[in-house]
Amino acid sequence: MADDADKINEPYRAPEQLRTEPPPPGYFEGESLTRRKVFTIAAQAIGGLAGAAIILPAVGFAVAPIFHRGKERWEPIGPTGNFTEDTYAQVVFTETPGIGDIGKTTAYVRKSSKELGEEPGQYVAVSNRCAHLGCPVRFVQAAGNFICPCHGGVYDFQGKRIGGPPVRPLDRFQTRITKGEVEVGPRYSVTSQLKPVRARDPGEFTGGIWEYLYPPRPSTFPAP
Amino acid sequence: MPKLSDLLVPAPLRKTPKPGEKGVPKTPAPQDLKDNPPEQQTEYGRLGEKALEAPTEALAWVDQRMAASGFLTGMLFRKVPKGTNWFYTLGSATLIAFVVQAITGVFLAMFYTPSTTQAYTSIAHINNDVFLGQFVHGMHKWGASVMVILIFLHMGRTFFFGAYKYPRELNWVIGVVLLILTMTMAFTGYLLPFDQRSYWASIVGININGTGPIVGPYLSDFLRAGPEVGATTLSRFYAIHMLLLPGAIIALIGAHMYLVVKLGTTAPPWTKADKPRVAEPTTNLEAGVSGNGYRPGGASTIAGVQLDTGPGDGTAHA
Repeated sequence: MADDADKINEPYRAPEQLRTEPPPPGYFEGESLTRRKVFTIAAQAIGGLAGAAIILPAVGFAVAPIFHRGKERWEPIGPTGNFTEDTYAQVVFTETPGIGDIGKTTAYVRKSSKELGEEPGQYVAVSNRCAHLGCPVRFVQAAGNFICPCHGGVYDFQGKRIGGPPVRPLDRFQTRITKGEVEVGPRYSVTSQLKPVRARDPGEFTGGIWEYLYPPRPSTFPAP
Repeated sequence: MPKLSDLLVPAPLRKTPKPGEKGVPKTPAPQDLKDNPPEQQTEYGRLGEKALEAPTEALAWVDQRMAASGFLTGMLFRKVPKGTNWFYTLGSATLIAFVVQAITGVFLAMFYTPSTTQAYTSIAHINNDVFLGQFVHGMHKWGASVMVILIFLHMGRTFFFGAYKYPRELNWVIGVVLLILTMTMAFTGYLLPFDQRSYWASIVGININGTGPIVGPYLSDFLRAGPEVGATTLSRFYAIHMLLLPGAIIALIGAHMYLVVKLGTTAPPWTKADKPRVAEPTTNLEAGVSGNGYRPGGASTIAGVQLDTGPGDGTAHA
């Protein structure tokens, strides 16, 4: 048995055969928006508005960090004389301040090498974060390679992948020299040709179509 | 001169005097209880009887206002099909594992500090200093594995017994969502001790999330609350682990159990249906197809519960 309340979406039609009294005030033939329908829509709209006023700020609060880029930081890692062309020096510096030891990260730093076709007078800071899933790689002097302990990723002297599951070369940090001291700055990723691109998380390919499938994040710094 | 004990002890609790004492006449022991029945109601006896009735009366008082007894008896004394066996307890076992996690988790939260510099030391404090701390922490840690194992066994039982079929598909879907939420619980809880193992396991887990195309990079930024593990990563995991997910899991467990009670359970697939007491109508296609009366669990007529979608209208519900 359908209730009158179920008929709110139907235009009001006076049941002339059944009712002899006059139709309600304001009624006209073909009326489609009844008083009841207006109030239903209004009540639902106000309820939706009230719900949105609670939900939207809360969700925005939770996802805001995706769109927030922190301040650019440059950390001194020692005088230029500490670094040579033919091997890496390990440096530990603070990447995220204020959270103790877990805000620190490790980089392997050397002078740029002419033999490898690099621009002279620069410093290369290779991140120890494996490009597979983010484990800490280690530079093994005897092999001249970076080796990851987790899943066996291997990278050559320049950080290009030569074995194992990693999907791209090791990340790097921007470098500059201030008053004879080498400083490291924001992280960036590289393509398999060592072309700088915006920093990607481990496990994400770089270059070509992958630049669109793994879009750059607003929270990272532009590539140098 | 009355005895001190008679002054202190109230009358109903006093020892009854033996025959021959204090003016109690020394009569011979009654021949039999019929000739000389004992006093029915002493003051002490009335009090005891009232005390025994008190819980019943309290329950009746509550039930008069809640009218819950119909629901509770319907739920607790519902019929289950023939052949119900120990495999059917895996769901309850998973529920108990969840309750253990909830209780131990509440008490761990009393001592835990979700801060990057203090999380590890607060866990060490729980394990080393707090009374039974290592035990409660251990229950939570091992209970997590137990719950994941049980939920998979429960899922396997449902699958191999065919209990996911009509009309229980929705309950299977809810169960799968519960499985995902449980795995998310395990993932977010793993970071909280904040030792080397937690830290690197979470790094790897977040990066696996990041490998999804298009949304992956943003998902890992969301989990970390930034491009690197930072000050709020731990508190984010903590909030998801102990505020967001438990509420969702409790709500879905409620829906899951409602459907179990509403639809009933299936008989094991090897159980043969009882011979029908009355001849089934010949229009029942199902009876015509499987003439021996054998029905796999999940067919339209489930032992114990007769769904009103059942055959008889000439349509097949296989």
